[in-house]
Amino acid sequence: MEINGTSYERDVPASLLLVHFLRDDLDLTGTHVGCDTGSCGACTVQLGDEAIKSCCMLAVQADGASITTVEGLASDEGELTPLQQSFHEYHALQCGYCTPGMLMSATALLEKNPRPSEHEVKVALQGNICRCTGYWNIIEAVVAVGEKGTR
Amino acid sequence: MLLREVEYARPATVEEAITLLSEHDGARALAGGQTLVNVMKARAASPDVLVDLADLTELRTISFSADQSALEIGAMVTNTMVISSSEVEVARPILAEVAATIADVQIRNRGTVGGNVCVNDPTNHYPPLLAALGATFTIRSTSGERTASAEEFFVGVYVTAVSEGELLTKISVPTRKPGTGDAMAGITLGAHGTYVASAVATVSSEGVRVALGCVSSVPVRAMVMEERLAGGDLSEAAVRAAAEGLAASLDPPSDVHANAEYRGHLAEVSAVRAVLQAAERAKG
Ligand SMILES: Cc1cc2nc3c(=O)[nH]c(=O)nc-3n(C[C@H](O)[C@H](O)[C@H](O)COP(=O)(O)OP(=O)(O)OC[C@H]3O[C@@H](n4cnc5c(N)ncnc54)[C@H](O)[C@@H]3O)c2cc1C
Ligand code: FES
Ligand code: FES
Repeated sequence: MEINGTSYERDVPASLLLVHFLRDDLDLTGTHVGCDTGSCGACTVQLGDEAIKSCCMLAVQADGASITTVEGLASDEGELTPLQQSFHEYHALQCGYCTPGMLMSATALLEKNPRPSEHEVKVALQGNICRCTGYWNIIEAVVAVGEKGTR
Repeated sequence: MLLREVEYARPATVEEAITLLSEHDGARALAGGQTLVNVMKARAASPDVLVDLADLTELRTISFSADQSALEIGAMVTNTMVISSSEVEVARPILAEVAATIADVQIRNRGTVGGNVCVNDPTNHYPPLLAALGATFTIRSTSGERTASAEEFFVGVYVTAVSEGELLTKISVPTRKPGTGDAMAGITLGAHGTYVASAVATVSSEGVRVALGCVSSVPVRAMVMEERLAGGDLSEAAVRAAAEGLAASLDPPSDVHANAEYRGHLAEVSAVRAVLQAAERAKG
């Protein structure tokens, strides 16, 4: 499968979850495990252009697919995406545990809908739980990227 | 969480998938995996072979039957596909409206209609919806194809008319005729959460159909209420009167969210709301 633009070929047991493949086999530890039951969204990655929960998918199911994790967002030189920059500016994270999942859900949203309304952002982030921020700054950060894009 | 070891196959055709499912005891179809993978984590199911249906493109289509009377939804159609389907929008928009309220974006992107009905969790959205709409389920095995009505299809929690070695291939939903109104109402945990009680109503010139979720292991039709409404008076007073006694006629389960009596009450309230909204929509 292709992850963040790099092709990987590995033999893995069919019982291996995608999230463990990313974290343990490829050392891409930006993708977090929160609940391990499909409820919290900390493990969200992009499969093609869709946000999905990598704790609810087997690695073998992603055979041949293209995956983007949070490590795939910023450039190799460390330049942040406008969304990541906006999270920074709007103080959209505290402990940061939920952040990779939030970024991946919001990135998928912005790719489909570059100027989402506050309501659309809320819908897109419904599957992502944050225990720290109270969500407000996260929503503002995502909406702001859309607004900037039109300026 | 580590899963128990399992074998994995991703067949390219429906025939191959059925052969795999029928050859191996303990083989199980894998659709979106949004329930099955979690069930395997909890060791509530431990299949020996997973037959991944992901590459069966013929199960990923939404189309019309030859005579245009039904919308045919492939078992592997995801909720996200239902939401954005122009066919659904034209022929039975309630399907998209309900799909958009299932869990969250990530789960809707992976979760399929076929998986949802095969799980037949009483709190799931599709079972009462498809029961109310009078959907038909097409099941294939090595010996051929057969169809089942919703009443025949839903047997119990995690149990449907699809038996070992069989595959659900498509779900046919009658297209909406002019003057038909559909609505789903219920009480959820949080805005788009799991249902504690749910009801789906469809109102048309042929009468009223009401199916309840969460009150039994299968969707329950509110037959007495339907009969009382057959006269066509769908005023609020008439609908409330028709629903009287519905709660008492049910034998719903108790859990942390609602005891049996309260869940029965919520089902009755949901049924009234669904019928009133469907009646409003039937006016156009
Ligand atoms: C956190 C969370 C919350 C959820 N909340 C809701 C909710 O509120 N309402 C709701 O309706 N759903 C909810 N779901 C369930 C979700 O919609 C699931 O996606 C769905 O129930 C199962 O679909 P799947 O495609 O993922 O199936 P899978 O998990 O892949 O399969 C489920 C079962 O169906 C069988 N199966 C699947 N397809 C076929 C087929 N074609 N033929 C024969 N057998 C088949 C499999 O063998 C398996 O036993 C939730 C899920 C999660 C993780
Ligand atoms: S770890 Fe996957 S949803 Fe919580
Ligand atoms: S910043 Fe701590 S969980 Fe979101």
